[in-house]
Amino acid sequence: MDLDHSPAEEAFRAEARAWLADHVPARPLPSLETGEGFAAHRAWEAELAADRWSVVSWPVEYGGRGADVMRWLVFEEEYWAAGAPGRVSQNGIGLLAPTLFEHGTPEQRARVLPPMATGEVVWAQAWSEPEAGSDLAALRSRAVRADGGWLLSGLKTWSSRAAFADRAFGLFRGDPGAPRPHQGLVYVMFGLRDPGVTVRPIGRLDGRPAFAELFLDEVFVPDEDVIGEPGEGWRVALSTAGSERGLTLRSPGRYLAAARRLHTLWRTLGSPEHVRDRVADALSGARAYQLSAYAQASRLMEGATVGAEASMNKVFWSELDLALHETALDLLGEEGQFADGPWSEGYVFALAGPIYAGANEVQRDIVAERLLGLPRGRR
Amino acid sequence: MRFLPTPEQREFARSLDAMLSAADTPSAVRSWAAGDRTAGRALWSRLADAGVFALAVPESCGGVGPLPVEVAVAFVELGRHAVPGPLVETVLAAALLAGGSGPDAAAGLLSALASGKAMATVGAPYALDGDAADVVLVLRDGGVWRAPGARDARPCLDRARRLTTPLPGGELLLPRTPPAALHWARLATAAQALGVGLTLLDRTVAHVGRRVQFGVPIGSFQAVKHRLADARIALEFARPLLFGAALTMDPADVAAAKAAACEAAYTTARTALQLHGAIGYTAECDLSLWLTRARALRTAWGAPHECRATVLAAGPPHH
Repeated sequence: MDLDHSPAEEAFRAEARAWLADHVPARPLPSLETGEGFAAHRAWEAELAADRWSVVSWPVEYGGRGADVMRWLVFEEEYWAAGAPGRVSQNGIGLLAPTLFEHGTPEQRARVLPPMATGEVVWAQAWSEPEAGSDLAALRSRAVRADGGWLLSGLKTWSSRAAFADRAFGLFRGDPGAPRPHQGLVYVMFGLRDPGVTVRPIGRLDGRPAFAELFLDEVFVPDEDVIGEPGEGWRVALSTAGSERGLTLRSPGRYLAAARRLHTLWRTLGSPEHVRDRVADALSGARAYQLSAYAQASRLMEGATVGAEASMNKVFWSELDLALHETALDLLGEEGQFADGPWSEGYVFALAGPIYAGANEVQRDIVAERLLGLPRGRR
Repeated sequence: MRFLPTPEQREFARSLDAMLSAADTPSAVRSWAAGDRTAGRALWSRLADAGVFALAVPESCGGVGPLPVEVAVAFVELGRHAVPGPLVETVLAAALLAGGSGPDAAAGLLSALASGKAMATVGAPYALDGDAADVVLVLRDGGVWRAPGARDARPCLDRARRLTTPLPGGELLLPRTPPAALHWARLATAAQALGVGLTLLDRTVAHVGRRVQFGVPIGSFQAVKHRLADARIALEFARPLLFGAALTMDPADVAAAKAAACEAAYTTARTALQLHGAIGYTAECDLSLWLTRARALRTAWGAPHECRATVLAAGPPHH
């Protein structure tokens, strides 16, 4: 048992740190939930990609560095410690790409991944529907067989980034006669400016269009944009759900950096007693998540897979993130109310954490049933 | 990096678990609480044979250490089985004596502690089970003293713990308390707390799977599941803090582990009591042995606020 990075990992860390020191914008980019900010973040993705820092864990042929999970953790620590911008391509890199690596064809990977790595194509998710949130298998949007592909119709909602993104991926019901809701689903990719697609941005709590509704009216998707076998969509989607809930969506580096900022803020304001315990718990929580990630990475590198444990991560990081930001706002007092304050957008973002990627109540059900072995019951 | 227990560490845990499972520790705890130390002493010897008390002692002083990770591994098992006695205090006494250069008397004591011949306690100011211990150390005036004994044993909420007051006077063993020694006490307490929490969780999961109300096991109710899921998450994220602290022995890491493990164990205790209902509130139910232990460990060797102060004093977490 050890916590020692190899010399090669340390060299990788030093290289990342040096690059970031030279390239991270001196001033924060505008919010990525605005047209101007989205463009700035897209340009940042291109800058990262130009030196192979946008997708370090991908194979070299698609623009990555073939970094293993331990190096990816190291990169993320450096990335967030450097105060680098949020990742506008997160949905694609964290969810669609792992799905393509596992279930995509070589042709799909060659076509989709390189422009994802450069930010040329930014991806949104198309999972939730008005009647299918936590109970995703209740989705009703259809994929009807057509010549050489499928026609998508229905309504998707809470589609993060869709207000400004280029393409989306999600699940559709291809066989309405399938005996069970998890069967007969098709996993597809489509363009947000394709004929038949209407994007209606939705303002989140702070009014910014961070997500959107997607109205789909016979949108044609060629067969080449179906991932995995039609009808197997649920299994294809589920195989990477662990990625979304687990480490690849929210790396420990992000919380270490935020906890450090919080600690500095607390000291700068004279170490007030009233939030002392919460600042300490933020530091400890971030350290716990980092160390837990090292343990998980150690298991992954020995060939283990991520299972229901990802649900524990999801609850932990989402609550940690919220606690961190709430503490910062309490610490700032009246100054914390301003929309353009240094913790404000992060706070609004953190508020969504316990809801998306599977509500925390669903994650707790998974922990209780799959890890503790408690009987299934009424939800 | 391989931040996972080695096969040897796993085997060490497994062998302690097997030994303690066979030893009927709940009845040993009850006898200990009643003042009958026979079963507790027998357990003590077997733990010493397994090397538990030699782990904090360097080889040069007759031990096999210092091996903080193994101390953490062992104390998780001791907590899981609610083993009674001044376990943490004996490890602390060994760490204190090993950490300073004392008179020959100290070296002799050290080997007696490491081998399990002597049971020690440490007063700061109260000494746990001072009426049972062979050696009573006191941290006083910046140094380590050996008191001539202890008096006024008072029962605690954890009935297996009796706090005593060391007798005045005695022999000065070390003029300065080695500061690092106290981290061993914190680390071992954190590990013990994690073990206590794990057993509380296991027993409660088993209970809610069996207990039927409204025609179904109460473990199928979401309100019940979610409390247990939260307990599991709290314990699971205290574990890496504990082993990370054992690897670095950095004061802030140890303090964070102590606060998190005790918090997780205490939260789990509250959940365990609530989900057992009235039966869990009885002294007769063995659950009580762990419930009251979780409370006691919270303030032992570093109350939550002291641990958090140490975390904050050290600065930001490691890179």
